[in-house]
Amino acid sequence: MTTESTVLPDRAVARSGGTGPRKRRLTHKQRDAVAGYIFVAPQVLGIVAFVLIPLALVVYFSFHEWNVLANSFTFVGVDNFERFLGDPQIAPVMQATGIFSVFLVFFNITIALLLAVMLNRSLPGITFFRTLFFSPVVVSLVAWTIVWGFLFQDNGGINGALEVIGIDGPNWLREGPTAMASVVIVQVFKNVGLNMVLFLAALQGVPQELQEAARIDGAGSRTIFTRITIPLISPTILLTFIITIVGSLQVFAQIAVLTQGGPGISTTVLVYYLFQQAFLFGEFGYGSVLSIVLFLIVLLLTVVQWQLRKKWVFYEN
Amino acid sequence: MRSAKWLTTAGLLATASLVLAGCSGAAEPAATAKNVELRMTVWTSNEDQLALFDAIAAEYIDAHPEVESVTFDPLPFEDYTTTLTTQVAGGKAPDLAWILENAAPDFVDSGALAPIQGTLEKTEGYEFDDLNAAATKLWKSDDQLIAYPFSTSPFVVFANDDLLAAAGQPTAAELQAAGKWNWEDISEVGSAVNAATGKAGFVIRDFDYTTWDNLATVWLGWGAAPWSEDGAGCEFASDEMVDALTFLHEAAFEKKSMPGPGATADFFAGESAFTVTQISRASLLAEAGFAWNLLPLPEGPAGEYSMVGQAGIGVMAQGENAQVATDFLAFFTNPDNSEKLAQWFPPARDSQLNAQTLAAANPVLTADQIEDVVVPGISTGVVRPSHTDSAKIGQTVRASLDAMWTPEADVAAVLDGVCESVEPILGN
Repeated sequence: MTTESTVLPDRAVARSGGTGPRKRRLTHKQRDAVAGYIFVAPQVLGIVAFVLIPLALVVYFSFHEWNVLANSFTFVGVDNFERFLGDPQIAPVMQATGIFSVFLVFFNITIALLLAVMLNRSLPGITFFRTLFFSPVVVSLVAWTIVWGFLFQDNGGINGALEVIGIDGPNWLREGPTAMASVVIVQVFKNVGLNMVLFLAALQGVPQELQEAARIDGAGSRTIFTRITIPLISPTILLTFIITIVGSLQVFAQIAVLTQGGPGISTTVLVYYLFQQAFLFGEFGYGSVLSIVLFLIVLLLTVVQWQLRKKWVFYEN
Repeated sequence: MRSAKWLTTAGLLATASLVLAGCSGAAEPAATAKNVELRMTVWTSNEDQLALFDAIAAEYIDAHPEVESVTFDPLPFEDYTTTLTTQVAGGKAPDLAWILENAAPDFVDSGALAPIQGTLEKTEGYEFDDLNAAATKLWKSDDQLIAYPFSTSPFVVFANDDLLAAAGQPTAAELQAAGKWNWEDISEVGSAVNAATGKAGFVIRDFDYTTWDNLATVWLGWGAAPWSEDGAGCEFASDEMVDALTFLHEAAFEKKSMPGPGATADFFAGESAFTVTQISRASLLAEAGFAWNLLPLPEGPAGEYSMVGQAGIGVMAQGENAQVATDFLAFFTNPDNSEKLAQWFPPARDSQLNAQTLAAANPVLTADQIEDVVVPGISTGVVRPSHTDSAKIGQTVRASLDAMWTPEADVAAVLDGVCESVEPILGN
């Protein structure tokens, strides 16, 4: 018989009378550490099982050619990486990804901030409008996209409405520029409510006395907004930038439902290209390379934004 | 202390014995094929069809106690092959799977399917030689049948005679009797229908300006083909293909006899005068609110022709119960069950390719329609084009062809571009 327990409470040790061998006790710091590890263990296990192991497997697969139907799995070295560097589709795919992300981030952040400013008032019925603008966030993404798909048909609701006012609308989903615009519109309206709520919360945290002081000093509304409000909500702006950019790089359902990457490959963004290669064409090795590239892009952008925060986020200096 | 150690050791040994016993117990049924649970992926979710499958399976299970269950697992049609492949990649291959004809070469040539011919030939009463040679061609490798073509469904034209009459146009039968059952005249009539009623002329069902291989129902009339016989050379830029797709381009953008890109029209909802689709869609007309007719594919400049779509059932080589699954397939497709399945899936058996069998199975169609359209369609039809790497070819051609679906498109130039894109894949 040795130690009964290594985490006996102090009182239990005291009651033992000190007649047996001296028991090893954990310090407060060690006990805090154990408790901490126990609390984070489920999350760590989840990350290991669903993030780190799949990530390692993706890297492993990227060095192999996996023919699912023939049940063959062959080591090919860096062939898949070389293929990526010589793939003529990569340039247009990256271009489509960049266009989508830039427009989505710009319109999402701008509209969300405008809505938040407009709805940051104590007016009767204001809660209704806040709920209204937030409601798309809780709608099923695929259902939302399918409905928009009908609206964007050549003989759909949007062109029908345009016709009423004498405008011959474009064939939204069949022409390159309008197809990309359609996908951006669908995604902006889907998630603008989320950023709006974040901005609204931040705006309500801006101290009134600062604004009043600025006003007494002669500052106009515009100056107050740009010199007082924006700096004070800059941490929220950083947060929304990061989650919107990361989200824009992961757009998939909207492309799959609305355009399937077309017309041509004008709306084939990196995630959709990855899906095509891995799951439609069965090129799991090459698909793994594309997912590594996507991971690195997201990581790089996040790190860059995190570093840049010191230059423009209030209180980070 | 000693007793505690002894107890611990005994406990560990007992646990190890149980684990080992459990492992060996789990392995035994697989070796002797007991308690087999078969799963077949399908793309239908039609309750009547699934009920028939279940009834056939129940009959099989009664005679084969080693089989505990047969599950028919419906997967969405749109993503069927992708979902099936992903299941195989994830180590969850079904025992049997329906295979679309455009994916047939990938499955048949890759070794993904277990050979079935030996079992079918040996099965008593199967009548293997009754299988139609043309219908089985796509499903063979090295002259051995790898999958069973359970559905050989001809493409036909359904016509809405009420809509034609409302537009002041002759009915489909009158067009045929007047020798005007050809694409040019149908396009003229369709254009008139569109001008008079605002509804669509003719619709190539499920094409939607993406599933381009459905256009084979048209380009065959011009004698065109997407690739050479051996599959290695691109034929999209051939004169015949340019002419055929020029006809379609004019129909969509000039004559307005066919709905343009992004516009939808459902024949079965009365929104178009004609539709080209498979005969199996006839069931949608059981409660049609309009007078309709069924005719063969119209004549093209190259003469009369017909085309069939096929679906096969294969036994997955990576499944756990390949032999039992093959036995079940032999039962599922024997002459008796083939006749039962014929009400939805035109059979590949010569003895059942007659008006009598098909009429009994298709109450919506008249004996004349079956005799004049369905039987000749199946027996002379060319199978829809297919090739290995079908998904990659499908996507590449779709992306290149998108440039054609604008009013100002240069058809010949676009088709040159299609060949430029797809030739490296065909060459593989």
